[in-house]
Amino acid sequence: MKRANRGNLPALIFLFALLMLWQLGAMEVNAAYILPTPLQILQKLWELRVILFTVHLPATMTVTAIGLLISVVLGLGLAVVMDGSPLVQKCLYPVVVASQTIPTTAIAPLFVLWFGYGIWSKVLVTVLMTFFPITITVYDGLRSAKTEMSELLETYGATRRDIFCKIKVPCALPYFFSAIKMAVPLSIIGAAIGEWLGAQSGLGYFSRRMMTQLDGAGVFAPIVLLSAVAMLAVALVELLERRVVRWRGES
Amino acid sequence: MSILEFSHVSYQYPSEDFDIIDDLSFSVERGSFHCIIGVSGCGKSTIFRMTNGLLRPKSGTIQVDGAPIEGQKRYCGYMPQKDLLFPWRTVGENVALPLEIMGGYSRAQIREQVEAALADVGLAGCAGKRPEELSGGMRQRAAFARTMLTGSELLLLDEPFSALDFLTRISMQEWLLEQWQKHKKTILFITHDVEEAIFLSGSVLAVTHTPIHTLTEIPVPAGYPRTRECLARSEMVALREDLIGVLRKQVQP
Repeated sequence: MKRANRGNLPALIFLFALLMLWQLGAMEVNAAYILPTPLQILQKLWELRVILFTVHLPATMTVTAIGLLISVVLGLGLAVVMDGSPLVQKCLYPVVVASQTIPTTAIAPLFVLWFGYGIWSKVLVTVLMTFFPITITVYDGLRSAKTEMSELLETYGATRRDIFCKIKVPCALPYFFSAIKMAVPLSIIGAAIGEWLGAQSGLGYFSRRMMTQLDGAGVFAPIVLLSAVAMLAVALVELLERRVVRWRGES
Repeated sequence: MSILEFSHVSYQYPSEDFDIIDDLSFSVERGSFHCIIGVSGCGKSTIFRMTNGLLRPKSGTIQVDGAPIEGQKRYCGYMPQKDLLFPWRTVGENVALPLEIMGGYSRAQIREQVEAALADVGLAGCAGKRPEELSGGMRQRAAFARTMLTGSELLLLDEPFSALDFLTRISMQEWLLEQWQKHKKTILFITHDVEEAIFLSGSVLAVTHTPIHTLTEIPVPAGYPRTRECLARSEMVALREDLIGVLRKQVQP
């Protein structure tokens, strides 16, 4: 534990140095409406704490959670069927990749027209950005199962189902956690972008409103909050991962 | 009665234009210990992979216990070169795999059999350990315990000790002979180590040509139980040199 803390110390010093640089630079520029100092942002965060934490954070987290849930189900489903059948894999893989070439921000206003200002247009943006890394990573994880292991079980008389449960799932598990660690920040970004483009609440929406008022610190404050939440969520996933996956690193 | 019988078996890999196993017939007596010896890539393992059903012969029939292997299940225990202990399972859970796949055992029954199998290979109390905590020799013994729990009379061991260091390997060979004498199984053992083949086998089955038409049976002039001292006897040394000579002819340096 001590050693881990010592490992973090340089990172903290570096971060602090960067923030100092920003602080000094911003003070030099002296135009808080476009380049606020870190201290001004923190101050803003404190001033706006009630509305940010009771209205906008819950709104964004709802979109994130629903979007992430749908992405996980969709991503796992696609990965499993692509692993199960080469034909399905050939058909789906290009479509999945093509879906990532859609410039989401550009067509998201259309989603608003299709689904309205409610939650679902935002969820769609989130899912579009999030399901891809889950699908591809988990698919790779399922593929990473060694044929030798499957063959050994086959000589014991194993069915496809046995092989899936006893080899493929454990092999894919570390990949699944990597996927989730990528997906969490992406889903938060997705939700924020969705809100930026059209919403009545949420941190993305709030940030945009502050922009129209030329309140630089107000633009940054919700973003800082989003980053903090994302880091917290990833840390939680890592904690869970360490409890579930004890064999990472050994082939 | 022979436990394993190949009659006129041929096999061709899709990527090759010849039969690597070409009209091969041989049989193995119940309770015997044979090593199949041959140079790398000669097709020894192909014989095993057809016996355990992972490959289907192009022609010919393979019979175990007098019945064709198609339609039979769990008639042989296969142990590959790598121990293939699953890193996400404890040693005990790994050893339990054949029982889990067979199904029909309660948790308590599985635990009991696993404990007994581990104790039998000298790994009592290791059930809860992770595979990476075991040494190479211990891992192979755990893999052997897993193979034993398939409950099969016929064991196919494919170079199980080749990745071990020399001293571990020779003590594993002695250990394996003890296990064989205790459990009265039939063991077919692939190796390319001449000394290992001579020390273990009742008679050596040598691959003298590729593609494989026949397995040349060479009796080993020593009885069981045997110790490593027998390897120093003059007839054993002569046999070893003979075999090395036969194998070297097939290798182009």
